Amino acid sequence: MLSMLPQVLVDGLTLGFMYAVVALGYTMVYGILEFINFAHGDLFMVGAFVGTEVLLTFEALGTLEGMNPFVAFFITLIVAMAITGALGVGIERVAYRPLRGAPRLVPLISAIGVSFLLQDLVRFSEAIYRNEFYLNSPQLFTGSLELGFATVPQKAIMVMVIAIVLMIVLTLFVNKTKWGIAMRAVAQDQSTASLMTINVDKVIMLTFLIGSSLGGATGVLFAQNYGTIDPYIGFILGLKAFTAAVLGGIGNLRGAMVGGVIIGLLESLSGAYMGPLTNGAFGAEYKDVFAFSILILVLLFKPEGLFGEAVKEKV
Amino acid sequence: MEMNLLKNKEVPLLFTVLWIAVFSGALYSLDKSVIAFMGVLFSIILVYYTKGSNLIRFALGAAVLLLIIPLVAGDNRYYMEVATQVGIYVAMALGLNIVVGFAGLLDLGYVAFFAAGAYAYAIFTTSQANEFIPGDFFPLSGEWFWPFLIIGLIVAAIFGILLGLPVLRVKGDYLAIVTLGFGEIIRIVFNNLDKPINITNGPQGITPIPAPELLGIKMGTPFYFYFIVLFVIAFIVLANVRFEHSRLGRAWIAVREDELAAQSMGISLLNTKLAAFATGASFAGIVGVIFAAKQTFVDPTSFTMNESIAILVMVILGGSGSIPGVVLGAAFVTVLQVQLLKEFSNFLHGLQQSGLINLPSQLDPSKFQRLVFGVILVLVALYRPNGLIPAKRKKDDIDSIKQSKHFGEQQGILAKVAGRK
Repeated sequence: MLSMLPQVLVDGLTLGFMYAVVALGYTMVYGILEFINFAHGDLFMVGAFVGTEVLLTFEALGTLEGMNPFVAFFITLIVAMAITGALGVGIERVAYRPLRGAPRLVPLISAIGVSFLLQDLVRFSEAIYRNEFYLNSPQLFTGSLELGFATVPQKAIMVMVIAIVLMIVLTLFVNKTKWGIAMRAVAQDQSTASLMTINVDKVIMLTFLIGSSLGGATGVLFAQNYGTIDPYIGFILGLKAFTAAVLGGIGNLRGAMVGGVIIGLLESLSGAYMGPLTNGAFGAEYKDVFAFSILILVLLFKPEGLFGEAVKEKV
Repeated sequence: MEMNLLKNKEVPLLFTVLWIAVFSGALYSLDKSVIAFMGVLFSIILVYYTKGSNLIRFALGAAVLLLIIPLVAGDNRYYMEVATQVGIYVAMALGLNIVVGFAGLLDLGYVAFFAAGAYAYAIFTTSQANEFIPGDFFPLSGEWFWPFLIIGLIVAAIFGILLGLPVLRVKGDYLAIVTLGFGEIIRIVFNNLDKPINITNGPQGITPIPAPELLGIKMGTPFYFYFIVLFVIAFIVLANVRFEHSRLGRAWIAVREDELAAQSMGISLLNTKLAAFATGASFAGIVGVIFAAKQTFVDPTSFTMNESIAILVMVILGGSGSIPGVVLGAAFVTVLQVQLLKEFSNFLHGLQQSGLINLPSQLDPSKFQRLVFGVILVLVALYRPNGLIPAKRKKDDIDSIKQSKHFGEQQGILAKVAGRK
């Protein structure tokens, strides 16, 4: 049983890095607006579809054969990020901005609506275009690295490398650039930031742009790693990424990254070992239950998460 | 102008009566007409806005529901089926209204309680219970339907309290996510609880669930279910009305408006929220029992998040916290779901068969559910956050306070100070 541990860990890490990047989107938006962007998981799904469509187009044109897989991959990634980023900004403008200052449940309801809309819009456009809405993504990286104790597929390495690069770039952006500083200022205090001549609306737009494009990028990674996608993948993955964000301390970038990796590892471990440990009574089908239970436990016992600061509520 | 008419309850009585007569005539003469059915349903709303005393309006509403609809459409399975479905959703939406509308707790896993009630009835009235209870006591007969209305209520209320205890410590939008997670957990558990002990029979579901029986009469047709549902709705509406201005109801509204302020007024947050959760849950439990008996089959696919969101859409669209609003929202969304979309897609299928258009099967309007819900949620949030019929708040009437015999009395420490003078 222990012999499969390294493989389980590799799978868990791959999954975890994906959760981490999606969790960043949740945590950035929450940090600034104190609002759970319910539709973020579906932006991830849109990214997966855009990326897959780009690859399928290349394939149909016959250019994919002769193309360097890395070039194809980066083109896909950039197109997906651009489209989901723009979509995220558009959603913010239409469905969230008019509701700023409304009671807290109202924007949340709007976000649930957007989430449902996105799922069906993607399903319809795929249905019209391809007459089916389950897509199989062309695989760019098929080789794998034999380590002896575990097999690491090339695509998993790509997932981890891209995820780490995205996280480093984001950290540098938030900490070192002028816009990053503005973002942190707005997260701390919107009205003071606006008095310091920061254009709050623009910063919020930028936050949605970055968060959504990160989600879209993860979609591409997901499609590469698992092959098959459908319009409903965003819901469960989004929920788990949100769990990761809460576990790390919502609003905290480093927390989201660490939380994502932890959730991925836990899910992979529970999927692999829960069955054998309970003699088959509770198998891998309960792994989603496991992830949600973590969410509930964290919210109950350490609502500020691993890295967050406890906030006292004031009148 | 029209809005004004509605606001002041000024639909003339004659108009309402005429409306009812015309549409019930249409309902009688037309088979499967959506418009006639909607017209009769709408007459309930009209009755609500009719000028006249409460007694007249109440009598009119009761006449439409208890006499006209069963007499005119009682033989028509189709109308009764739709009416029952509308009723089931109205009852569920009224239950969720207590949680979301009154107490302001956004519960996205409400369908879990519905499932608890449905499974409670399903397991014990089929041979399923023999799988884990020794002896051969089961299945129970359809006469047990009536006690199970209460048992379903209790089971769901216990579920609500058990879920609520951990969940309700979490606030606001977190609560939405946690209840969503719990809803999924319950569905996954029901889906997999065929091992190690077979309790729910897993994805295969449980069948055949017996129809209710009373004095030897089998009540398996939509006609009977219509009356059962009506009875339950009456009970739930009454509970809603009684709760709304009770001490507990005011505590719910206080918690919804401002938790901190409510707490400092001496309201126990956890108890108040638990009460809302358990009350809402227990109504869903009753409806679950009816649902199981009506469908004669339950499986986990009937209890997905889609259902939870559908019920939420009904509450939000109608006006959360407003009882007539929620009834309207539930009726509208159900008719939209089970009738309008289906009719529209039948119409398109007709066109397709005659070769006029070519439609991919995915574009079938009966699959538009999520799209429609999404659009409704966004539009309502943006343009009508209080719903179609916003909840009315009782204003404190200064005059009635002044005329109260306690006016001018000094109470508590003030009275003592004044007395000593």
